[in-house]
Amino acid sequence: MQKYYQPEIECASQEQIKAWQDERLVETVRRVYENVPYYRAKMEAKGVTPDDIKSTADLHKLPFLTKDDLRDAYPYGLMAKPVKDCVRIQSTSGTTGRRVVAFYTQHDIDLWEDCCARAIMAVGGTEEDVVQVSYGYGLFTGGPGLNGGSHKVGCLTLPMSSGNTDRQLQFMCDLGTTILCCTPSYAAYLAESIHEKGLRDQIKLKAGIFGAEAWTPEMRRDIEEKLGIKAYDIYGLTEISGPGVSFECSEQAGMHINEDHFIAEIIDPKTGEVLPEGEKGELVFTSITKEAFPLIRYRTKDICVLTRKPCSCGRTHVKMSKPMGRSDDMMIIKGVNVFPSQVEAVLMKQGYPANYQILVSRENNSDKMEVHVEMTPEMFSDNLSHVSAREKELESALKAMLGIYADVKLVAPKSIARSEGKAVRVVDTRNLY
Amino acid sequence: MTVQQISVFVENRPGQLAEFTKLLEAKNIDLRALSMAEAEDFGILRIIVDDTYNTIQTLKNAGYICSVTPVVAVEIEDKPGSLVKVVHTLAEGGINLEYTYAFLTSKKAAAYVIFRVADSDAAVEILRKAGIKVVSQEELETLF
Repeated sequence: MQKYYQPEIECASQEQIKAWQDERLVETVRRVYENVPYYRAKMEAKGVTPDDIKSTADLHKLPFLTKDDLRDAYPYGLMAKPVKDCVRIQSTSGTTGRRVVAFYTQHDIDLWEDCCARAIMAVGGTEEDVVQVSYGYGLFTGGPGLNGGSHKVGCLTLPMSSGNTDRQLQFMCDLGTTILCCTPSYAAYLAESIHEKGLRDQIKLKAGIFGAEAWTPEMRRDIEEKLGIKAYDIYGLTEISGPGVSFECSEQAGMHINEDHFIAEIIDPKTGEVLPEGEKGELVFTSITKEAFPLIRYRTKDICVLTRKPCSCGRTHVKMSKPMGRSDDMMIIKGVNVFPSQVEAVLMKQGYPANYQILVSRENNSDKMEVHVEMTPEMFSDNLSHVSAREKELESALKAMLGIYADVKLVAPKSIARSEGKAVRVVDTRNLY
Repeated sequence: MTVQQISVFVENRPGQLAEFTKLLEAKNIDLRALSMAEAEDFGILRIIVDDTYNTIQTLKNAGYICSVTPVVAVEIEDKPGSLVKVVHTLAEGGINLEYTYAFLTSKKAAAYVIFRVADSDAAVEILRKAGIKVVSQEELETLF
């Protein structure tokens, strides 16, 4: 038996969904035009006024928004409500160079938590469940989002945050956790630990909601087998709200986008042209219910496909595929967004030339990042410990910039493979897409 | 009075040393001493050669990162216990050793010990005062 958090919305007719979107889009565009000078300038530059936007059919007339806009307008330039009306800030994971902050009114948080509640009920969650939230809490949206959603469903909520695996497992066994929320790599790690400690018969898990990083079907099978659960995907981004922008249902094939809050488009990343349903392209979101931080036509850089084929779960909202790649060079490593340019910035600051290579691999379902840096005469010393200290210094500087550990290896000059004279920057052997 | 050691950055991978020695062979460079310090993924090769200048040019042309390091060389008798006095003298003089290695030669019935220290001049002074024979670059070159 399917259960929904908001059945009248989640199973609404296509006409109803379109009517909500039309009305809310028109209202949102007018509101940002009037309240956000940054938007007004962008729209004026494109020769569009709120009067030109009468329905979702006019969406394509509006300018795109990118992460660069968010950086240009940092910190308050895209805020559509005065500070006195906002209650929360969240930020993207550990990226000094490209930090993105998002703002929320209490109403925004409420709607975001509704989205997460829909995701929890879609995996079979009810008020009888014990939900262990092992996403990070704090600036990262994972913890707060699922925590709020779990409360809304009425689940007994364990706000564990990430790390401290022994305590995670103890609570999981003692308190009888039934739904686990964390990154897929942490789920895989917990599954491995449960397997090793022989705790399988002491856990009561039935489902997991695993998002914030890409995972393969093999990884899903592995986690499901080791834990004896169903593993579900969830998608979101801080800019748009956080987890719960879309979520998987019992079909485990594609994620329903919460269309009453977000309009999704697929565009050709090169031309910006909107592509028809079923074609692969870059996912673009317009948030139509956000008060504090509404984004119009925000380019996610995630490449995926949308489908409106009827779903056996009964939900009518459009489904997106798992992201199949990126239209920029961003990588998600251990759930953290990493751009090669950030690594480069650290190297330059430490006096190294930009001859480096980032190697990303996955061992035992856990991401591993290595950075190879070509040695320079200036950095060299006949004393081994001085050179080793250089590696450690770089590792600390990268950790401070990225928020994750990267193993630095100094290599011989010109030893990094070059393609047309330029060093090959990234070798990702995870085959995520 | 120090002698010249060449320090070379090498990656820790199979065949690296073979490549390196082939390069020296091709240029007819004579090695008197070789020592290797290794970390997990790289190593530092320390060598003493007959022609420092040519060797440096050869290595740089081949893309190696290398530098010339002044080290202290002493000549001692090739018999048990002869190193004791040397290291004892350095310890007494408060000289800290960064690294050390030794070599023999067929040209003379003696042993040679190389010391890398922070202050070579101070070390040489202390060794000489204790009557220990410190080898100059010129003397070293006669050993090839």
